[in-house]
Amino acid sequence: MSVLDSKVPKGPLKDKWTTYKDKINLVNPANKRNIDVIVVGTGLAGGSAAATLAELGYRVKAFCYQDSPRRAHSIAAQGGINAAKNYQGDGDSTYRLFYDTVKGGDYRSREANVYRLAEVSANIIDQCVAQGVPFARDYGGLLDNRSFGGVLVSRTFYAKGQTGQQLLLGAYSAMNRQIARGKIEMYNRHEMLDVVKVNGKARGIIARNLVTGEIERHSAHAVVIASGGYGNVYFLSTNAMGSNATAAWKIHKKGAFFANPCYTQIHPTCIPRSGDYQSKLTLMSESLRNDGRIWVPKNMEDVLAIREGKLKPTQLSEEQRDYYLERRYPAFGNLVPRDVASRAAKERCDAGYGVNATGEAVYLDFKSAIERYGLEQAKIQGIQDASKEKITALGEAVVEEKYGNLFQMYEKIVDENPYKTPMMIYPATHYTMGGVWVDYNLMTTVEGLYCIGEANFSDHGANRLGASALMQGLADGYFVLPYTIGDYLSHEIRTGKIPTDSPEFDTAEKEVTERINFFVNNKGTHSVDYFHKRLGKVMWDKCGMSRNADGLKEAIAEIKAIREEFYKEVKVPGSANEMNPELEKAGRVADFLELGELFAKDALMREESCGGHFREESVEIDGEQKGEAKRNDKDYAFVAAWEYKGEPSDAVLHKEQLEFKDIELKQRSYK
Amino acid sequence: MNLTLKIWRQKGPQSKGKMVEYKVTEISEHMSFLEMMDVLNEQLTNKDEEPVAFDHDCREGICGMCSMYINGEAHGPDRGVTTCQLHMRMFKDGDTITIEPFRAKAFPVIKDLVIDRSSFERIQQAGGFISVNTSGNTQDANAIPIDKHAADTAMDAATCIGCGACVASCKNSSAMLFVGAKVSQYALLPQGQVEATDRVKNMVAQMDLEGFGNCTNTGACEVECPKGISLENIARMNREFFAASIKG
Repeated sequence: MSVLDSKVPKGPLKDKWTTYKDKINLVNPANKRNIDVIVVGTGLAGGSAAATLAELGYRVKAFCYQDSPRRAHSIAAQGGINAAKNYQGDGDSTYRLFYDTVKGGDYRSREANVYRLAEVSANIIDQCVAQGVPFARDYGGLLDNRSFGGVLVSRTFYAKGQTGQQLLLGAYSAMNRQIARGKIEMYNRHEMLDVVKVNGKARGIIARNLVTGEIERHSAHAVVIASGGYGNVYFLSTNAMGSNATAAWKIHKKGAFFANPCYTQIHPTCIPRSGDYQSKLTLMSESLRNDGRIWVPKNMEDVLAIREGKLKPTQLSEEQRDYYLERRYPAFGNLVPRDVASRAAKERCDAGYGVNATGEAVYLDFKSAIERYGLEQAKIQGIQDASKEKITALGEAVVEEKYGNLFQMYEKIVDENPYKTPMMIYPATHYTMGGVWVDYNLMTTVEGLYCIGEANFSDHGANRLGASALMQGLADGYFVLPYTIGDYLSHEIRTGKIPTDSPEFDTAEKEVTERINFFVNNKGTHSVDYFHKRLGKVMWDKCGMSRNADGLKEAIAEIKAIREEFYKEVKVPGSANEMNPELEKAGRVADFLELGELFAKDALMREESCGGHFREESVEIDGEQKGEAKRNDKDYAFVAAWEYKGEPSDAVLHKEQLEFKDIELKQRSYK
Repeated sequence: MNLTLKIWRQKGPQSKGKMVEYKVTEISEHMSFLEMMDVLNEQLTNKDEEPVAFDHDCREGICGMCSMYINGEAHGPDRGVTTCQLHMRMFKDGDTITIEPFRAKAFPVIKDLVIDRSSFERIQQAGGFISVNTSGNTQDANAIPIDKHAADTAMDAATCIGCGACVASCKNSSAMLFVGAKVSQYALLPQGQVEATDRVKNMVAQMDLEGFGNCTNTGACEVECPKGISLENIARMNREFFAASIKG
């Protein structure tokens, strides 16, 4: 039997969570006051968990590396949050959200977790509205919805193009209330650098005060990691500059298994890169695909003329354009899931049809939407024989109302007006479905150590659907963890305060200090970024949108070589006892250099194509699905959970077999 | 393009700072301002000098972390953007650019261009929330219809990113645009009514305690705000505060 026990409760799928909650052990309010919980990360998952645990009466210590919990990168999520409210009466239900999520994830997620996610999704919207989150509303004052990729209903709630910001500010306000009550002790500008285990249980963390450089010990009865994804392993991604995998990787090295690292989401609609100096990529929300149509020119001569600046995209007639998503996937059109849309863009650009100088861009065009909305408005406003200009103006106003901030962002970066000329977009690393392995309780393979939000692997399988990350983060933090952690903590009521002067804390602190001293004393020849960029290039070229065995083997060797050189040649200016951003980066990149290798190893092991993981060796050879990704359920319907054994090459694979009792495994078809 | 940079360098909170001049060359007009700073820092690291510390994170104008005072303006010469969204096409070859931290008594400098904005945190903790526990039993989200205009205006106020450009731009170092935006978001929504009186009183009291100045209606904050938060929010906060004071 596998060492992995998912602890999924028995019983019918629909009743599992309710029955489980009814029987879970509870902690008496008087005892909660004596129990400490550490939460690392204050995005949607960490922020909502910290607030809810404090409301319940636990003593919470929360940590973030930013100067305020409000700045965690959940803030950058644009498009929306899914919930099975069925306010539109378009046939949505808990089951359908569950089904779409499992299918969208290419049948590589755990059924029971996903069903629970769909089940609590409606509560999230109620909770957020009660907190004062200003979701978009219609003229009747009720909540509005939009559609996202991979589904046929409108279940996405939104706050302009700033949904993540508003949801995070909601969780942040709930945290502030608890900070004011003294129930949360907030540690801003702090970075967790290791977890401390005592007798096999997580009992605290070692953190660095990023202002003074001081190393601190913090103890607790349970530790919750909510530190986000590892997209920055690619150097260029839509993640924040500081987003890192250090907390997740450090717990992996202390016994938490790391699952499916190769499942990474390359988001189809990002602003293309423009040069080598580029420090990050900017996402253009998937919601734009509600109204934008994606195309490249049909004819190569038009492509070349556009690249040379002799032709403008607006000059091409409908017949000269290849709306390749609508052509290949008539049922879902521009709203196919992200992995499918990204690969289709890559396919066109690899074939030479990319429309900018680098050959890596396709158009996202709002012309038809502007026209459609303009005509609609003219009719509504009773304008007879409206001129073309009038219709365009009316249509532009509607588009601005919906996506104004995104259009402004685009214009500031690219210096082109997307109302007048189509946007140029290209896929970029955006989200990581893989992460720390957790059971149904969201506990890792280390007792008392939990992992929530993007940092864990649980709900999205091999591909995440749009507007589901916000849903998962808040579901974990508001509605799942606060219950499941109680079951564990009910056994801790007699433990008493955990001392920080134990040999375990001594050892952990010593390791952290030695690592920091190594970096500041190394005096090598190259900056941290130099190595990070090289790692990123290997990851993008060989572990990107499409992967093959040879490339992955090369990646493993190359990453190992970069890592060895990094330890010899990295240069970190400044000292350890002060604010030192280069030192912070060095620690994070050191961890990416290990994670990247495990990523490639995992991708090499998985000889099938599923979701964001596309193996060139595994495609449909003929029939209607020719050229599409080919999954192999017989051999690969499992979660790959890796155990740390020293070098990434020594990592040991454990399999959690995935069982699908309520869903029939099918090839995903969006045709 | 080639540029001269005059940058505020300050070793630590207690140290004395000064402007230091640097040269950067071959800067592309397509770079963002912070990418230009990356070039400078790479250059300094390679010369064994200490890079310039500055706050930044999302680099897409939403986290509110970046906070540079460029050529005498918070977030630089462009409008409606944060420092990270500012692009080098706003400058010319040969320009001299002055870069300072956001300055205010309530925003002490930590190092170089990094400031301490914890005063904003404490103001939010004083009342920037609606007291509702997470239970799964709150009423259905559509139970109270909310007028679309009110919801939209609340959303406009709620888009504040808490960067502090308003404070840095104000001759009085007033935080009233920041506080007014939060007070307005809740004042405009039915959910916020129950605690409205205490909220505005407590937040304003904390704002005063932190050492922020008062508003004298010059409007610089609104001009420099990267999110276009309107001065109306200050007026609304004053009305709320007045009403709260009468209620006692």
